[in-house]
Amino acid sequence: MSTTAPTRDRKNLALFLIGGLLVTLGLAFFVSPLASSSPDGLEKVSIDQGFAGSADDHTVGDGPLADYGVEGVEDEGLSTGLSGIIGVVITFGAAMIVFGLIRVQAERTRRAGGSSTAA
Amino acid sequence: MHIPDGFINAPVSAAAGAVAIGLTAVAVKRASDELDERRAPLAGLVAAFVFAVQMLNFPVAGGTSGHLLGGVLAAVLVGPWTGAICIALVLLIQGLVFADGGLSALGLNVLNMAFVGGVGGYAVFRAIRGVLPKTKPMVVAASGVAAGISVVMASIAFFIEYWLGGTTEVSLRTVFAAMVGVHTLIGIGEGIITFLTVGAVMAVRPDLVYGGRDLLPALTVTPSGVTTPGGAS
Repeated sequence: MSTTAPTRDRKNLALFLIGGLLVTLGLAFFVSPLASSSPDGLEKVSIDQGFAGSADDHTVGDGPLADYGVEGVEDEGLSTGLSGIIGVVITFGAAMIVFGLIRVQAERTRRAGGSSTAA
Repeated sequence: MHIPDGFINAPVSAAAGAVAIGLTAVAVKRASDELDERRAPLAGLVAAFVFAVQMLNFPVAGGTSGHLLGGVLAAVLVGPWTGAICIALVLLIQGLVFADGGLSALGLNVLNMAFVGGVGGYAVFRAIRGVLPKTKPMVVAASGVAAGISVVMASIAFFIEYWLGGTTEVSLRTVFAAMVGVHTLIGIGEGIITFLTVGAVMAVRPDLVYGGRDLLPALTVTPSGVTTPGGAS
Protein backbone atom coordinates (compact mmCIF):
# COMPACT_ATOMS: atom_id res chain seq x y z
CA MET A 1 0.00 0.00 0.00
CA SER A 2 2.65 2.52 0.93
CA THR A 3 5.21 1.33 -1.58
CA THR A 4 5.93 4.76 -2.98
CA ALA A 5 7.95 4.36 -6.13
CA PRO A 6 11.34 5.49 -4.87
CA THR A 7 12.36 7.05 -8.14
CA ARG A 8 9.24 9.21 -8.25
CA ASP A 9 9.75 10.22 -4.68
CA ARG A 10 13.35 11.15 -5.36
CA LYS A 11 12.29 13.19 -8.38
CA ASN A 12 9.72 15.06 -6.30
CA LEU A 13 12.30 15.73 -3.63
CA ALA A 14 14.72 17.03 -6.23
CA LEU A 15 12.02 19.36 -7.53
CA PHE A 16 11.29 20.55 -4.01
CA LEU A 17 14.97 21.22 -3.37
CA ILE A 18 15.42 23.07 -6.65
CA GLY A 19 12.31 25.15 -5.95
CA GLY A 20 13.51 25.89 -2.43
CA LEU A 21 16.94 26.91 -3.67
CA LEU A 22 15.44 29.22 -6.28
CA VAL A 23 13.29 30.91 -3.65
CA THR A 24 16.35 31.21 -1.40
CA LEU A 25 18.50 32.70 -4.17
CA GLY A 26 15.67 35.07 -5.07
CA LEU A 27 15.40 36.30 -1.50
CA ALA A 28 19.16 36.71 -1.27
CA PHE A 29 19.46 38.62 -4.53
CA PHE A 30 16.26 40.59 -4.97
CA VAL A 31 15.01 41.17 -1.44
CA SER A 32 18.22 41.67 0.55
CA PRO A 33 18.91 45.11 -1.00
CA LEU A 34 15.53 46.21 0.37
CA ALA A 35 16.31 45.14 3.93
CA SER A 36 16.27 47.70 6.72
CA SER A 37 19.67 49.20 7.39
CA SER A 38 18.77 50.30 10.91
CA PRO A 39 20.85 48.76 13.69
CA ASP A 40 19.52 45.41 14.83
CA GLY A 41 18.17 44.78 18.32
CA LEU A 42 21.49 44.06 20.03
CA GLU A 43 23.29 46.86 18.19
CA LYS A 44 20.59 49.35 19.15
CA VAL A 45 20.64 48.30 22.79
CA SER A 46 24.44 48.63 22.86
CA ILE A 47 24.19 52.16 21.44
CA ASP A 48 21.39 53.23 23.80
CA GLN A 49 22.97 51.66 26.87
CA GLY A 50 26.42 52.97 26.09
CA PHE A 51 28.47 49.85 25.40
CA ALA A 52 28.58 49.99 21.59
CA GLY A 53 32.07 51.50 21.83
CA SER A 54 33.48 48.32 23.32
CA ALA A 55 33.09 46.51 19.99
CA ASP A 56 36.39 45.87 18.24
CA ASP A 57 36.84 46.11 14.49
CA HIS A 58 36.10 42.79 12.85
CA THR A 59 39.05 40.53 12.12
CA VAL A 60 38.02 40.16 8.48
CA GLY A 61 36.40 43.60 8.25
CA ASP A 62 38.49 44.38 5.17
CA GLY A 63 37.60 41.10 3.46
CA PRO A 64 36.21 41.10 -0.08
CA LEU A 65 32.69 40.27 1.14
CA ALA A 66 32.72 42.10 4.46
CA ASP A 67 29.38 43.48 5.64
CA TYR A 68 27.48 41.72 2.86
CA GLY A 69 28.92 43.62 -0.07
CA VAL A 70 31.19 42.59 -2.92
CA GLU A 71 34.35 44.63 -3.01
CA GLY A 72 34.59 46.67 -6.18
CA VAL A 73 30.90 46.55 -7.10
CA GLU A 74 29.78 50.19 -7.04
CA ASP A 75 26.02 49.70 -7.17
CA GLU A 76 25.04 49.15 -3.55
CA GLY A 77 21.96 47.04 -4.25
CA LEU A 78 23.80 44.84 -6.71
CA SER A 79 26.72 44.49 -4.32
CA THR A 80 24.41 43.34 -1.52
CA GLY A 81 22.47 41.02 -3.79
CA LEU A 82 25.59 39.40 -5.20
CA SER A 83 27.03 38.88 -1.74
CA GLY A 84 23.75 37.19 -0.85
CA ILE A 85 24.02 34.81 -3.79
CA ILE A 86 27.62 33.98 -2.90
CA GLY A 87 26.65 33.40 0.73
CA VAL A 88 23.79 31.09 -0.22
CA VAL A 89 26.04 29.04 -2.49
CA ILE A 90 28.80 28.78 0.14
CA THR A 91 26.33 27.87 2.89
CA PHE A 92 24.52 25.27 0.81
CA GLY A 93 27.79 23.72 -0.34
CA ALA A 94 29.28 23.65 3.15
CA ALA A 95 26.12 22.21 4.67
CA MET A 96 25.85 19.48 2.01
CA ILE A 97 29.43 18.45 2.73
CA VAL A 98 28.97 18.50 6.51
CA PHE A 99 25.71 16.57 6.50
CA GLY A 100 27.02 14.17 3.88
CA LEU A 101 30.01 13.40 6.10
CA ILE A 102 27.77 12.93 9.15
CA ARG A 103 25.65 10.46 7.21
CA VAL A 104 28.64 8.54 5.88
CA GLN A 105 30.10 8.30 9.37
CA ALA A 106 26.78 7.17 10.84
CA GLU A 107 26.43 4.55 8.13
CA ARG A 108 29.90 3.25 8.80
CA THR A 109 29.22 2.99 12.52
CA ARG A 110 25.95 1.20 11.85
CA ARG A 111 27.63 -1.31 9.54
CA ALA A 112 30.42 -1.93 12.00
CA GLY A 113 27.80 -3.25 14.35
CA GLY A 114 26.61 -0.23 16.24
CA SER A 115 29.09 1.18 18.68
CA SER A 116 32.65 -0.01 18.06
CA THR A 117 34.28 2.35 15.53
CA ALA A 118 35.39 5.34 17.51
CA ALA A 119 37.30 6.75 14.56
CA MET B 1 21.92 39.58 17.57
CA HIS B 2 25.42 38.76 16.38
CA ILE B 3 27.80 39.69 19.18
CA PRO B 4 30.94 41.48 17.91
CA ASP B 5 34.40 41.05 19.41
CA GLY B 6 34.92 43.13 22.52
CA PHE B 7 31.45 43.17 24.11
CA ILE B 8 32.16 40.16 26.31
CA ASN B 9 35.51 39.52 27.98
CA ALA B 10 37.90 36.77 26.95
CA PRO B 11 37.24 34.28 29.80
CA VAL B 12 33.48 34.26 29.27
CA SER B 13 33.90 34.14 25.48
CA ALA B 14 36.32 31.23 25.81
CA ALA B 15 34.02 29.38 28.21
CA ALA B 16 31.12 29.86 25.82
CA GLY B 17 33.35 28.60 23.03
CA ALA B 18 34.12 25.43 24.98
CA VAL B 19 30.43 24.86 25.73
CA ALA B 20 29.53 25.49 22.09
CA ILE B 21 32.15 22.98 20.89
CA GLY B 22 30.87 20.37 23.35
CA LEU B 23 27.26 20.91 22.31
CA THR B 24 28.20 20.80 18.64
CA ALA B 25 29.87 17.44 19.20
CA VAL B 26 26.64 16.20 20.80
CA ALA B 27 24.68 17.66 17.89
CA VAL B 28 26.81 15.84 15.32
CA LYS B 29 26.20 12.56 17.13
CA ARG B 30 22.46 13.13 17.50
CA ALA B 31 22.03 14.50 13.99
CA SER B 32 22.99 11.16 12.50
CA ASP B 33 19.75 9.77 13.94
CA GLU B 34 17.71 12.61 12.49
CA LEU B 35 19.25 12.62 9.04
CA ASP B 36 17.78 10.13 6.65
CA GLU B 37 18.33 10.01 2.93
CA ARG B 38 15.81 12.77 2.33
CA ARG B 39 16.53 15.05 5.23
CA ALA B 40 20.24 15.47 4.52
CA PRO B 41 19.78 17.56 1.36
CA LEU B 42 16.87 19.34 3.03
CA ALA B 43 19.23 20.35 5.83
CA GLY B 44 21.51 21.92 3.23
CA LEU B 45 18.61 23.89 1.87
CA VAL B 46 17.54 24.96 5.35
CA ALA B 47 21.02 26.29 6.14
CA ALA B 48 21.11 28.26 2.88
CA PHE B 49 17.59 29.58 3.47
CA VAL B 50 18.47 30.75 7.00
CA PHE B 51 21.55 32.51 5.62
CA ALA B 52 19.44 34.34 3.03
CA VAL B 53 16.63 35.30 5.37
CA GLN B 54 19.05 36.49 8.06
CA MET B 55 20.05 39.19 5.56
CA LEU B 56 16.49 40.49 5.45
CA ASN B 57 16.35 42.91 8.35
CA PHE B 58 12.82 44.12 8.97
CA PRO B 59 12.09 47.36 10.82
CA VAL B 60 10.74 47.24 14.35
CA ALA B 61 9.99 50.23 16.57
CA GLY B 62 12.21 53.28 16.84
CA GLY B 63 14.98 53.05 14.26
CA THR B 64 15.71 49.44 15.11
CA SER B 65 15.62 46.39 12.89
CA GLY B 66 15.56 42.69 13.49
CA HIS B 67 16.15 39.61 11.45
CA LEU B 68 15.33 35.94 11.60
CA LEU B 69 17.52 33.82 13.85
CA GLY B 70 16.08 30.65 12.38
CA GLY B 71 16.76 28.23 15.21
CA VAL B 72 13.21 26.97 15.61
CA LEU B 73 12.56 27.13 11.89
CA ALA B 74 15.50 24.81 11.24
CA ALA B 75 14.73 22.58 14.22
CA VAL B 76 11.11 22.00 13.21
CA LEU B 77 12.04 21.27 9.60
CA VAL B 78 15.08 19.00 10.01
CA GLY B 79 15.30 18.14 13.72
CA PRO B 80 16.73 20.10 16.66
CA TRP B 81 20.31 18.82 16.48
CA THR B 82 20.59 18.95 12.70
CA GLY B 83 19.00 22.38 12.86
CA ALA B 84 21.54 23.55 15.42
CA ILE B 85 24.33 22.47 13.08
CA CYS B 86 22.67 24.45 10.28
CA ILE B 87 22.63 27.60 12.42
CA ALA B 88 26.19 27.06 13.66
CA LEU B 89 27.37 26.71 10.05
CA VAL B 90 25.59 29.90 9.04
CA LEU B 91 27.21 31.75 11.94
CA LEU B 92 30.63 30.36 11.07
CA ILE B 93 30.35 31.48 7.45
CA GLN B 94 28.97 34.89 8.43
CA GLY B 95 31.86 35.40 10.85
CA LEU B 96 34.61 34.17 8.53
CA VAL B 97 33.43 35.59 5.23
CA PHE B 98 30.97 38.42 5.86
CA ALA B 99 32.53 40.03 8.97
CA ASP B 100 29.26 39.56 10.83
CA GLY B 101 29.66 38.39 14.42
CA GLY B 102 33.08 38.52 16.07
CA LEU B 103 35.33 35.49 15.69
CA SER B 104 36.18 35.51 19.40
CA ALA B 105 32.42 35.72 20.02
CA LEU B 106 31.57 32.80 17.73
CA GLY B 107 31.05 30.46 20.68
CA LEU B 108 28.70 32.96 22.31
CA ASN B 109 26.73 33.41 19.12
CA VAL B 110 26.50 29.67 18.44
CA LEU B 111 25.44 29.08 22.03
CA ASN B 112 22.73 31.75 21.91
CA MET B 113 21.29 31.19 18.46
CA ALA B 114 21.91 27.53 17.63
CA PHE B 115 21.46 25.97 21.06
CA VAL B 116 19.47 28.30 23.32
CA GLY B 117 17.33 29.56 20.44
CA GLY B 118 17.34 26.38 18.35
CA VAL B 119 17.44 23.33 20.62
CA GLY B 120 15.88 25.27 23.52
CA GLY B 121 13.26 26.73 21.22
CA TYR B 122 12.46 23.24 19.95
CA ALA B 123 11.77 22.16 23.55
CA VAL B 124 9.29 25.04 23.76
CA PHE B 125 7.77 23.87 20.47
CA ARG B 126 7.35 20.36 21.91
CA ALA B 127 5.76 21.74 25.06
CA ILE B 128 3.30 23.86 23.09
CA ARG B 129 2.43 20.95 20.83
CA GLY B 130 1.75 18.89 23.92
CA VAL B 131 -1.26 21.00 24.83
CA LEU B 132 -2.59 21.39 21.29
CA PRO B 133 -4.60 19.01 19.12
CA LYS B 134 -2.43 16.69 17.03
CA THR B 135 -3.02 18.29 13.64
CA LYS B 136 -0.81 19.76 10.94
CA PRO B 137 -2.05 23.35 11.37
CA MET B 138 -1.24 23.09 15.06
CA VAL B 139 2.35 22.06 14.24
CA VAL B 140 2.66 25.19 12.13
CA ALA B 141 1.10 27.38 14.83
CA ALA B 142 3.31 25.90 17.55
CA SER B 143 6.42 26.52 15.43
CA GLY B 144 5.51 30.19 15.05
CA VAL B 145 4.85 30.77 18.75
CA ALA B 146 7.95 28.84 19.83
CA ALA B 147 10.06 30.78 17.32
CA GLY B 148 8.91 34.06 18.83
CA ILE B 149 9.71 32.89 22.35
CA SER B 150 13.09 31.54 21.24
CA VAL B 151 14.27 35.02 20.26
CA VAL B 152 13.53 36.30 23.77
CA MET B 153 15.35 33.25 25.18
CA ALA B 154 18.40 34.04 23.05
CA SER B 155 18.31 37.68 24.18
CA ILE B 156 18.24 36.55 27.81
CA ALA B 157 21.22 34.30 27.10
CA PHE B 158 23.06 37.35 25.81
CA PHE B 159 22.10 39.24 28.97
CA ILE B 160 23.51 36.50 31.19
CA GLU B 161 26.75 36.55 29.21
CA TYR B 162 26.91 40.33 29.52
CA TRP B 163 26.23 40.07 33.23
CA LEU B 164 29.09 37.58 33.58
CA GLY B 165 31.58 39.18 31.26
CA GLY B 166 30.45 42.53 29.89
CA THR B 167 33.42 44.80 29.32
CA THR B 168 31.62 48.09 30.02
CA GLU B 169 30.01 49.10 33.32
CA VAL B 170 26.37 49.75 32.52
CA SER B 171 23.10 49.37 34.35
CA LEU B 172 22.34 45.68 34.06
CA ARG B 173 18.70 46.23 34.83
CA THR B 174 18.20 48.58 31.89
CA VAL B 175 20.21 46.32 29.58
CA PHE B 176 17.93 43.44 30.52
CA ALA B 177 14.77 45.46 29.99
CA ALA B 178 16.01 46.86 26.69
CA MET B 179 17.17 43.48 25.35
CA VAL B 180 13.99 41.65 26.27
CA GLY B 181 11.80 44.53 25.11
CA VAL B 182 13.23 44.90 21.63
CA HIS B 183 13.59 41.15 21.13
CA THR B 184 9.96 40.61 22.02
CA LEU B 185 9.15 42.77 19.00
CA ILE B 186 11.72 41.00 16.82
CA GLY B 187 10.27 37.72 18.08
CA ILE B 188 6.95 38.62 16.49
CA GLY B 189 8.71 38.87 13.13
CA GLU B 190 10.55 35.61 13.80
CA GLY B 191 7.24 33.95 14.62
CA ILE B 192 5.57 35.18 11.43
CA ILE B 193 8.46 34.13 9.16
CA THR B 194 8.67 30.72 10.84
CA PHE B 195 4.90 30.25 10.65
CA LEU B 196 4.87 31.07 6.92
CA THR B 197 7.88 28.93 6.06
CA VAL B 198 6.88 25.85 8.05
CA GLY B 199 3.33 26.35 6.72
CA ALA B 200 4.59 26.37 3.14
CA VAL B 201 6.62 23.19 3.57
CA MET B 202 3.72 21.56 5.42
CA ALA B 203 1.44 22.37 2.51
CA VAL B 204 3.75 20.96 -0.14
CA ARG B 205 5.70 18.18 1.57
CA PRO B 206 4.30 17.45 5.05
CA ASP B 207 6.47 14.33 5.18
CA LEU B 208 9.57 16.53 5.32
CA VAL B 209 8.56 18.40 8.49
CA TYR B 210 10.51 16.73 11.30
CA GLY B 211 8.46 18.40 14.03
CA GLY B 212 5.24 16.87 12.66
CA ARG B 213 6.51 13.42 11.75
CA ASP B 214 4.27 11.81 14.39
CA LEU B 215 1.25 12.79 12.28
CA LEU B 216 2.34 10.77 9.25
CA PRO B 217 1.09 7.29 8.55
CA ALA B 218 3.64 4.87 9.97
CA LEU B 219 6.53 4.14 7.67
CA THR B 220 7.31 0.61 6.67
CA VAL B 221 9.98 -0.38 9.11
CA THR B 222 11.77 -3.69 9.07
CA PRO B 223 11.08 -5.96 12.04
CA SER B 224 14.54 -5.26 13.44
CA GLY B 225 13.53 -1.66 13.76
CA VAL B 226 16.19 -0.45 11.37
CA THR B 227 15.04 2.39 9.17
CA THR B 228 15.93 2.50 5.50
CA PRO B 229 19.62 1.73 5.26
CA GLY B 230 20.92 5.05 4.02
CA GLY B 231 23.62 3.62 1.78
CA ALA B 232 20.92 2.08 -0.42
CA SER B 233 20.67 5.27 -2.46
